[in-house]
Amino acid sequence: MAKTLYDKLWENHVVHTEEDGTALLYIDRHLVHEVTSPQAFEGLKLAGRKPWRPDSIVATADHNTPTWNWERGIEDPVSRQQVETLDANIGEYGALVYFPFRDKRQGIVHVIGPEHGATLPGMTVVCGDSHTSTHGAFACLAHGIGTSEVEHVLATQCLLQKKSKTLLIRVEGKVGAGVTAKDIALAIIGRIGTAGGTGYAIEFGGAAIRALSMEGRMTLCNMAIEAGARVGFVAVDQTTIDYLKGRPLAPQGELWDRAVAYWRTLVSDADARFDAVVEFDAARIVPQVTWGTSPEMVSGIDGAVPAPEDFSDPVKREGVARALDYMGLAPRTPIRQIPIDKVFIGSCTNSRIEDLRAAAAVAKGRHVASSVKQALVVPGSGLVRAQAEREGLDRIFIAAGFEWRQPGCSMCLAMNDDRLEPGERCASTSNRNFEGRQGAGGRTHLLSPAMAAAAAIAGHFADVRELS
Amino acid sequence: MEKFIRHEGLVVPLDRSNVDTDAIIPKQFLKLIKRSGFGPNLFDEWRYLDHGEPGMDNSRRTPNPNFVLNQARYQGASIFLARANFGCGSSREHAPWALQDFGFRAILAESFADIFFNNCFKIGLLPIVLPKAELDALFGLTEHTPGYRLTVDLPAQCVIRPDGHAITFEVDAFRKESLLNGWDEIGLTLRHAEKIRAFEERRRSEQPWLFAQGLH
Ligand code: SF4
Repeated sequence: MAKTLYDKLWENHVVHTEEDGTALLYIDRHLVHEVTSPQAFEGLKLAGRKPWRPDSIVATADHNTPTWNWERGIEDPVSRQQVETLDANIGEYGALVYFPFRDKRQGIVHVIGPEHGATLPGMTVVCGDSHTSTHGAFACLAHGIGTSEVEHVLATQCLLQKKSKTLLIRVEGKVGAGVTAKDIALAIIGRIGTAGGTGYAIEFGGAAIRALSMEGRMTLCNMAIEAGARVGFVAVDQTTIDYLKGRPLAPQGELWDRAVAYWRTLVSDADARFDAVVEFDAARIVPQVTWGTSPEMVSGIDGAVPAPEDFSDPVKREGVARALDYMGLAPRTPIRQIPIDKVFIGSCTNSRIEDLRAAAAVAKGRHVASSVKQALVVPGSGLVRAQAEREGLDRIFIAAGFEWRQPGCSMCLAMNDDRLEPGERCASTSNRNFEGRQGAGGRTHLLSPAMAAAAAIAGHFADVRELS
Repeated sequence: MEKFIRHEGLVVPLDRSNVDTDAIIPKQFLKLIKRSGFGPNLFDEWRYLDHGEPGMDNSRRTPNPNFVLNQARYQGASIFLARANFGCGSSREHAPWALQDFGFRAILAESFADIFFNNCFKIGLLPIVLPKAELDALFGLTEHTPGYRLTVDLPAQCVIRPDGHAITFEVDAFRKESLLNGWDEIGLTLRHAEKIRAFEERRRSEQPWLFAQGLH
């Protein structure tokens, strides 16, 4: 029988199935960071257990770490304790690789995994972080899990799961200039809603997806969780294989050939059936900007903020009214007329080299508007930062008035000092515009790196397609 | 994990959809390395008028009188009434920990975000999906009936209103058993240790590249 990619990935990892269909799935790669792991290691210790397979673990400190003045260490004692707890846990139990704070390869967990070839096609990948869906770009079954599950995976190398339904999101055609994977992701969420993918495993397919680089596919899969799906993925093709060649943890020589032969089977069969299919025309997707407090509250750059009365469902109407109030926006304000205070280019959604190149291309020879208080560029990892510096991107950003920072999650969730003050409005390349996400009272608008750079230059949202 | 069999308690309604885990427990509290004590900071930004940080004495802060959890009639509530897509956003188990620590035993909603839903079961906090029409009625009843209470009966898989109306709900058989018995899931899984080992060995021989031993 014809199988979807999801069926293949699933079947390849089932160790045991309970009567009601709950399966024990084997986990190949366990990514660990400082925020969601301490209680899991503690639980393990209290129960007198040990990690099943420490060499499946790739660990780093990213959420709490500062992005400047690294020589001063971590000044916040509560954050420092958490990072030191990770050091101690990995010290005690071991890991395949660990990039601690200040290591030159340290970075956001979802950036360093693929960058080192620690994420390989056909793997199950888990992390105590919802954006683990990022790794689906490599045809992986990549789940975000909670701390109890982190402990479960540490102790047993398995995860209890029930099979999801399958949803194919097919994006056919070709995107226009200035339209990126981030815009595709936001346009999808705008259409299907933040709960549109709940209960589904999403496969992204179609010509526009095939045309994306691995960086672009990671951006897209990263946002699958914002559409409510726990996993989102893209089938293997030549782009996948080319990206992996020569990565430090990717196979070499004869093993490489065997692996590639297997990886090429990681596609949905031509006549496989999905439980649902949603189609998009890439040519109709324009650069996107969110206006509300949920990623589904999004508009094309040419659009305007809606009014609550546009919605018939009372709960939705109430939600829009609350969002506009929180965001300090009047109904019907054109998106382009919204002025911004800060800019954040970074996060596991958009901090890879291609993202920085796209932002730098816009920033080059221009300057951040004087009304913008701060414009941060935070590379996803030390290696991305070094690559950008080799290409001279840091100098472009600095000349344009951006701050060039050390890698980490930074203002994506504001656990370190990079944050919005109450009422500040930010053009952000991250993935969540929830209330308070980037700092209590802060107002977040999600958009692509090129659009963020364009907003930084203009001082308000602007259409990157109109910059010559 | 805490057992769940039958629970009767006061209901508190939070009438908004897409309540995310950043709202349930803001990020500054995720720096803590313990598992308990998050209850006082549940919905911190909505519940207090001032900004909260870990280590603060919450009894000296200014509560927001308009936030539903601060209203006198809902003190001691243990059943949480919510709308669609409750618990969306991050995977932080701190969100269910905070709800449980505050005293909640069950959450009734139209839908839940997937990871949050899963996390609740792991600690014995029961998330229940109910049809929208039933929830609409429950919101109305809770708001108009001071001291409104419900009973959640897991063996019978129903929520029982004081007027006797019973609303049935679905729950996976395996999860139900785990909750009823308060099972340690890790212990359960380790009963399959031999099977896991055999699976792993087969994998190691078929796809050895998945078992890299270090950077090269
Ligand atoms: S960059 Fe943001 S979304 Fe990504 S892992 Fe870090 S905090 Fe989470």
